[in-house]
Amino acid sequence: MTTQTSHIEFQDVTISYGKEIALRDISLAIPEHTIFGIIGPANAGKTTLLKSINRTLEFEPNAKTVGKILVHGTDVSHIKNVYALRRRIGMVFPLPVGLPMSVYENVAYAPRRAGIHDRQELDELVKHCLKQSMLWDEVKDRLTLLGTKLSGGQQQRLTIARALSHKPEILCLDEFSIAIDPVTTMKIEDVLLELKKEMTIILVTNLVQQARRLADHTAFFNKSEMIEVGPTEKIFSNPEQQLTHDYVTGDFG
Amino acid sequence: MSKPDANNPFAITANEIRGRKVERFIRFITLGMTWALILPVLFILGFLLIKAWPALSVGFIFDNPEKNMTAGGIWGPLIGTFMLIIVSLLIAAPIGILAGVYLNEFARDNWFTRFINLAVVNLAGVPSIVHGLFGLGAFVYFFQMQRSLLAASCTVAVMTLPVIITSTKEALASVPQPFRVACWNMGASKWQTIRTIVLPNSISGILTGVILQVARAAGETAPILFTGAMISSRIADSGWASMVPYGLEDRFMALSYHLYIISTQWQNVPESFKFGTAIVMIGLVIAVNSISIGFRIYLRSRKKW
Repeated sequence: MTTQTSHIEFQDVTISYGKEIALRDISLAIPEHTIFGIIGPANAGKTTLLKSINRTLEFEPNAKTVGKILVHGTDVSHIKNVYALRRRIGMVFPLPVGLPMSVYENVAYAPRRAGIHDRQELDELVKHCLKQSMLWDEVKDRLTLLGTKLSGGQQQRLTIARALSHKPEILCLDEFSIAIDPVTTMKIEDVLLELKKEMTIILVTNLVQQARRLADHTAFFNKSEMIEVGPTEKIFSNPEQQLTHDYVTGDFG
Repeated sequence: MSKPDANNPFAITANEIRGRKVERFIRFITLGMTWALILPVLFILGFLLIKAWPALSVGFIFDNPEKNMTAGGIWGPLIGTFMLIIVSLLIAAPIGILAGVYLNEFARDNWFTRFINLAVVNLAGVPSIVHGLFGLGAFVYFFQMQRSLLAASCTVAVMTLPVIITSTKEALASVPQPFRVACWNMGASKWQTIRTIVLPNSISGILTGVILQVARAAGETAPILFTGAMISSRIADSGWASMVPYGLEDRFMALSYHLYIISTQWQNVPESFKFGTAIVMIGLVIAVNSISIGFRIYLRSRKKW
């Protein structure tokens, strides 16, 4: 871990919605080209953590962030062009969202906004992203179908394709697999291990075994606090905190 | 409560029989209320139609009033009302839609936004005659538009704005929030998101809301009474000049005002003319509504989720 530079860093970050604290005093560093797993029960602040990185937290009316969040050493709150920041980060949330436009346009949306209009370039990009999200074979003959007409699992993979379409350097996956069947999930997991060479991946998951399979480092969150962080093997086989041990062994609560 | 029959698990219990009775009763009541709603409308339409029958003809619609409105038709007032609808739409639609977009998409929830929303709701409740007087003071005198089609259209526009803003906000709010979030996450700005996702999927609701409101308001007498309607003006009987007879600065004839005049102020107008005017007025409103509803069905069929 010491040889790698950290890609994302949280320094004493506390986030609150009004009086309710969602994340308390979080400090952690995520190294480049790794998969960083985040596990923990509901309401632990995992999703809030992701939203704070690409600053979509700003759309929550009463959210307040204290502390520093650094991407490549730059404080995100100082970034003037927030759209450029968001394009560098791919986001996948648990709810599958196919935008009300064709499958093709769903994936071409972000590249178009970024100024890519060459048809051939777009075609290749769309194909590439759909292949990475394991959706290509199912939709290659019907790219004009509405994104909203796909099944839940397909829409979820469409969401992943969209997140990859603007060639992010960070990919945040929040429960990406809940709507996807186990076989496809396994295939996507293989893709994620490949993608690690190109980007840093933050993987929030309720399936602790998924974190164990994929993550290089894992953090355990509970009730707005980060209980423990460390190399995945250590978290799963020899955690320092009793709470972590109980959670990863399924002996929680 | 009787015990369930051990031999027949699907036997009806006394509890379920009572439940069915309640179900039937509620169904009867709600159906009755629906008829109570429809019957008066059918009655009014039938009554008007019978009374208006002697006057109704193609000439009644396409001819101008003759001989102090005791003969001829109602083309002048009809086209006047139609032009009022068009000009009011052109004024009210951009203002109302853009304000609705701001309030639903950009405004943060603070005291100022809440104050505006409160004002919008209250403005919708202001009586039309008050709007008419406001139009007289503001447009006719202060902005020196005189009594004209423009002044009357501005008054109708102001009167409909609160409802247009509200219906626009509702149409925008019906676009699911996750669509917006997905776009923001890809680095799209708020306006890009509105332009590419929100507006294309809400425009049918927005436009129908606008058209319905303006058509309804244009049927009112009060807002045009002091601002531009006139009892009688001689317009061309045929040709282009009869299709667009009034300029923006002209006073104009309108169905609602015409009906008011021939029913209460004028002598010797045949009874059937009054009812005929009413029928045409209702017909115009129904026609405009049907067009906008047809338009909505067309756009809905292309709706994408």
